[in-house]
Amino acid sequence: MSLLMDAGAWLGDPANWSGDNGVPTRTVQHLAITGAAVGIAAAVALPAGVLIGHTRRGAGLVGALSGAARAIPTLGLLTLFGLAYGIGLKASLAALVVLAVPSILAGAYAGVQAVDAATVSAARAVGMRPRQVLFGVELPLAAPVVVGGVRAAVLQVVATATLAAYIADYGLGRYLFAGLKSRDYAQMLAGALLVAALALLLELAFAAAQRYAATRIADPARSDRNDTRTVQKGPTS
Amino acid sequence: MTWLALSWEYVLELTRDHLLLSVPAVLLSVLIAVPIGRLANRRRVLGGLVTGAATLMYAIPALPLLIIIPAVFGFPLRSSATVVTALTVYGVALLVRTAADAFGSVDAEVRDAALAVGHSPRSVFWHVDLPLAIPVLLSGTRVVAVSTVSLVTIGALIGVPGLGSLLTDGFQRGITEEVAVGVVATIVVALVLDGLLLAAGRALTPWARTPRRSAKTAGGAR
Repeated sequence: MSLLMDAGAWLGDPANWSGDNGVPTRTVQHLAITGAAVGIAAAVALPAGVLIGHTRRGAGLVGALSGAARAIPTLGLLTLFGLAYGIGLKASLAALVVLAVPSILAGAYAGVQAVDAATVSAARAVGMRPRQVLFGVELPLAAPVVVGGVRAAVLQVVATATLAAYIADYGLGRYLFAGLKSRDYAQMLAGALLVAALALLLELAFAAAQRYAATRIADPARSDRNDTRTVQKGPTS
Repeated sequence: MTWLALSWEYVLELTRDHLLLSVPAVLLSVLIAVPIGRLANRRRVLGGLVTGAATLMYAIPALPLLIIIPAVFGFPLRSSATVVTALTVYGVALLVRTAADAFGSVDAEVRDAALAVGHSPRSVFWHVDLPLAIPVLLSGTRVVAVSTVSLVTIGALIGVPGLGSLLTDGFQRGITEEVAVGVVATIVVALVLDGLLLAAGRALTPWARTPRRSAKTAGGAR
């Protein structure tokens, strides 16, 4: 337990909370690379997943991709990119994007694909355009599963961003690797606790977002009043 | 392929180390998660707490967990006990929910019938609940096995040898082939374990093969 006390002392030392190697800077870096990787991956994987779920073509590809992604060691991906692009941010960002794509793709596909076909037909039957069916019916109903996919990707990326410090001087993982090299267990443990706390906070935030998506967006009984109004306006005008 | 030709013995040795870390972790995960899952399935409030805690445990990144575990349990940092414990934590976290679902998937009427023909509650567990839960349990165990094999590589960062050593060593010495061999070997080990589990599942559930075919013909007749 004295190890934990040492880590507590490290965390309590004001010197570790300022400057380029301070906790605030490192945390912001960690969040920035996580956000960037998930953002880029989502820009590619969300439309692709929705398209596959909507047309139900290429479903096998999604299954194979997410299965294979689980077997690939994340450290292997990082080191391969590190050797290919050289040490630095570009390599770690590229590896993190690759890691984030399968979960987001699978979530978007599974969410849209699970929307009841009868509901989609009904939406078409009342005269909704394809765009309206997608944005007004399929996406809201798919929202909880889509958010779940993003949640899994964020968890994966925030964890692997720690390893990214192995090939770039970036993020909270730096404390772990610096501590490992210099056998400074207090710094290592403090860094580990910070990363774990950050991951848990993100997990809780996304769990709340997923609940919000399930109760407010996907549940028709409680759906946005504005949407209902626009639908009702259609026949009268 | 020169690197592999010169060092295949080293790769085999690391593969053995890798298996010695991942197989015990998968076995321990199953042994711990199945009773907890069974309990969680029986008591709803407890079950909610357990699955909630499991989700949070799973959220903790691997390298930090490897560093936190020695501080909590008092193991030396560079030991296989640290790696096996961390992987067991993840395995249990992944498997508890699946185990609860697996026991939930057992038809209550089948259980009642077993009790009615005179099985004791203990016998119902061993002869009815557990065998019928195997398909779902097995699908969860396959996921755990594949992700465990992939996660063992992280152990190389704290100095516990396994196939991950090829990744760190290859990266530091700039040998792309060594890293690639490490990645491919890890995937191969994962796929082999997955295949073995699939075969074990088939052997353990002989009844699952023939009825499915008859169900299909029934569907066709309709």
